[in-house]
Amino acid sequence: MAEFLLELFSEEIPARMQHQAARDLERLSRAALAAADLEFTSVESFSGPRRLTLVVDGLPLKQADRIESRRGPKVGAPAQALDGFLRSTGVARTDLVERDGTFYADLPRPGRPTGELLAEITTSLVNSFPWPKSMRSGTSSFRWIRPLRRITCVFDGAVVPVEIGAVASSDLTEGHRFMTPGPPIRVCDFTQYKTALAVRSVILDAKDRKARIASGAEAVCATKGLELVPDQALLDELAGLAEWPTPMLGDMDPAFLDLPAEVIRTSMRTHQKYFAVRDPATQALAPHFVVVANIEPVDGGGALAAGNAKVLSARLNDARFFWREDQKVSLEARLAKLDGVVFHARLGTLRARAERIEGLASRLAARVGADPILAAAAGRLAKADLTTGMVGEFPELQGVMGGYYARLEGRREGDFPNGAWSAGLDAAAVDAVADAVRDHYRPVGPADAVPTAPTTVAVALADKLDTLTGFFAINERPTGSKDPYGLRRAALGVIRIVLHGRIALSLRAAIDEALEGLLANGLGSEERRKMSELAARAEVREGLTAFFADRLKAALKDEGRRHDLVDAVFALGDDDMLSISDRVEGLSSFLLGEDGASLLSGYRRAVNILKAEDKRAPAETQAAGLGHASRRPPEETALEEILRAVAMDVDAALGRNDYVGAMRQLAKLRPPVDAFFEKVLVNDPDPVVRSLRLKLLTQVRDTANRVADFSLISG
Amino acid sequence: MPSEAAQSAPLCFQDLILTLHQYWSGQGCLILQPYDVEVGAGTLHPATVLRALGPKPWRAAYVQPSRRPSDGRYGENPNRLQHYYQYQVILKPNPSNMQELYLGSLAAIGLDPTVHDIRFVEDDWENPTVGAWGLGWEVWCDGMEVSQYTYFQQVGGLEVDVVAGEITYGLERLAMYVQNVDRVYDLAFNRADSPAPKTYGDVFLESEKEFSAYNFEAADVETLQRQFADMEREVGRLLGLGASQSLVLPAYDHVLKASHLFNLMDARGAIAVAERQSYIARIRDLCRACANQWVLVEAGA
Repeated sequence: MAEFLLELFSEEIPARMQHQAARDLERLSRAALAAADLEFTSVESFSGPRRLTLVVDGLPLKQADRIESRRGPKVGAPAQALDGFLRSTGVARTDLVERDGTFYADLPRPGRPTGELLAEITTSLVNSFPWPKSMRSGTSSFRWIRPLRRITCVFDGAVVPVEIGAVASSDLTEGHRFMTPGPPIRVCDFTQYKTALAVRSVILDAKDRKARIASGAEAVCATKGLELVPDQALLDELAGLAEWPTPMLGDMDPAFLDLPAEVIRTSMRTHQKYFAVRDPATQALAPHFVVVANIEPVDGGGALAAGNAKVLSARLNDARFFWREDQKVSLEARLAKLDGVVFHARLGTLRARAERIEGLASRLAARVGADPILAAAAGRLAKADLTTGMVGEFPELQGVMGGYYARLEGRREGDFPNGAWSAGLDAAAVDAVADAVRDHYRPVGPADAVPTAPTTVAVALADKLDTLTGFFAINERPTGSKDPYGLRRAALGVIRIVLHGRIALSLRAAIDEALEGLLANGLGSEERRKMSELAARAEVREGLTAFFADRLKAALKDEGRRHDLVDAVFALGDDDMLSISDRVEGLSSFLLGEDGASLLSGYRRAVNILKAEDKRAPAETQAAGLGHASRRPPEETALEEILRAVAMDVDAALGRNDYVGAMRQLAKLRPPVDAFFEKVLVNDPDPVVRSLRLKLLTQVRDTANRVADFSLISG
Repeated sequence: MPSEAAQSAPLCFQDLILTLHQYWSGQGCLILQPYDVEVGAGTLHPATVLRALGPKPWRAAYVQPSRRPSDGRYGENPNRLQHYYQYQVILKPNPSNMQELYLGSLAAIGLDPTVHDIRFVEDDWENPTVGAWGLGWEVWCDGMEVSQYTYFQQVGGLEVDVVAGEITYGLERLAMYVQNVDRVYDLAFNRADSPAPKTYGDVFLESEKEFSAYNFEAADVETLQRQFADMEREVGRLLGLGASQSLVLPAYDHVLKASHLFNLMDARGAIAVAERQSYIARIRDLCRACANQWVLVEAGA
């Protein structure tokens, strides 16, 4: 049993690609080893800024011996064919084996040395490595993520000779670029390799680098009684940017703390890759940052920390410049600037979009319990911050900055020229508008919180419905994995807001309203002409409703709802997603109970009888007389009576959107339906009696189907 | 390699340039002079963008004044200039130790990598107007970007024959770091012991004020538009003469002029959002046409 060690040493690999590269290396190696019939006990891979490493343990020294059975000519084939086969296999006529009328040559294939196979595997793997981007270097046609500098390739203590690009393999590698330059390290096995790297200031395993960053950062913060603002994505990235990560605390000029915390954090994270630091008691940002260097500076780090602090100051000075400049123009006045920004060539400018959101938000306001005036103001201002310098610099602060600026403007604080929108609004109303501007993009992802404040809900819904309706109107709909305008996410956002806030909303009506807005403002002339036809508008409405239905189905299934129940409710064509979700919910619990299960079987029996009846001639079911009442068994009349009452009560409950109540009413049908099937023969010889009974079953079916299409329920 | 510079006072602006010249000259580079047409970046100098094409080895270093009309701040911003200097190095084919050569240049100007945190952070470079892209990094020193480092893969819309490595240093920024100065205008341009010591501001502040005013307020849009159309037509005419006439270099000059005229119109606020892409596409097409003809000329020469 022997070990294989491969290190692909290159110039700096982008941090975001390292993890996947290590996984690919491991996955492809496993597949290649299996294909070569090489058994092994373990495979592990590692990645870092300058190297990808693979270690395979428990390999045999050579491949197992095999017998290859090569197929030859048929028995009785011309002698020439047989001679040719004997020549090519080198087997004597007497050694041929005959099976099913065909000659076979059993050729012994001695296992090849593992080292040879590893050379082939390595060469092919490296030459076809699936980097998301790759490059050529110098005069070579070989592609790697950045120039490949060394291939350390050792099996059982000996170099496996390979040559890829212009690089020949060896048993040498290098330590840290700056901390321990020195001559190359000779490598014989993985344990010695890992230790030798550590001695030369390289931590091989990204997990260990992260741990070193986390504990080091905590320690430097603790010296000032502070704590790190955790940021997992940043930690992951930093582990890919340093071979010897060394967290150091830097000072930030406290004067910058008057900037919004989001601005400081974003500037630190996106521009400088620093962690923000806070006071554990107040959670307020502290005037420090943690930089993770790639060296332990020989001078103790004074110059390094000061240098980083200076760069941060320049960044925050820029941010402060934007913060001040932005406040010289009111959000209202920015609407004119939105006129110059095209949202989409066929959907008009951002100003048109802002005006549409304003209109739609104010119309939706009543349905979500918001004040239409506030919803309109917030909708109108929602996109204004896209013209601010700060959002130009940090696009991820869209909404957040608008929220800050709206609050300052509305409260008449700071340097803002006062916007007319806030005249006569009290502080709570200004806050409602500012919060709505801030949060109207939410939820931005599946993990993001759903807005609940009524004004925010109105604007958030208007924002997403305008986007969805607009892109559906110009026929830019998601296909397959392509969804360039994020329409699936927008639809899921609407669904989450509606369900979470328990908002009853007819999608078709909302889409029609959004479409009105688009027709009046922004839609390209060609689309406008097309949309003047009712059929075209209906197509958009139904297309988008169906799109929502798919997203809702997916969302309900994600929550563990049975897909057949979702289908059963969807079949009714309801366009109020809250009521659909409630029905599915009610149906689930109903069917879990004994009444539900039993009623379902009664329903099916009724439907089966009706189906069979459909195949017969319909004529005889028509004549229905009244003279048979005396002959009707009590089970039949009981069902009829209860059904009449239940149907009315189901309607009433549905009218109140009380789906659990509707199910409870349906449950009342169970005893009479059971009794009916037990005592009454539907297929009475008297066609009139039979017809009446069939009619009764039809009513049972239709009553149940008002709640959900029970025929679609499985199990 | 502790250089003399690292041990003495920080380099003044011109000594920084001279040190880089000395260093890259020692690496076999031609030390060229700036191109005498306004460009937005050192890459656009024909010594980079055209020489990156074709199979012949090429090593050059030069300073290139770069004009970015929209970046003017009337001399009021400590970091932003509408005219600044890039130091450009191109090594074709890129040698396998190019990163080490680059780090050597930082040491030469006094940046010690055992004291300062030097990092290669992913930053793939792309210039759509010249149809060029490459993979590389921005190089950080203590969190500040001091260089752009790129391995060219495509130029003028053409896959390169041989990969060239390009290094661009932002000279003012680097000097501000080396001299520990917060405001670009405070940089020492020459040595303090000169009989006429000057700061960067002494040399360029007035120019920044005047050109900011020109770029943003005074430039005549109609003239710019007319000149742009002239340049565009001239490129077409010169290239239309065919590769046998070989007037690709004059044609390329006109592309550069058109590109600068576009930047001026942009700063002047004369480019509507909708027109922007179409202007960029026009310049890109002109540039590609030049590159295509240059490859023929270069290969034949």
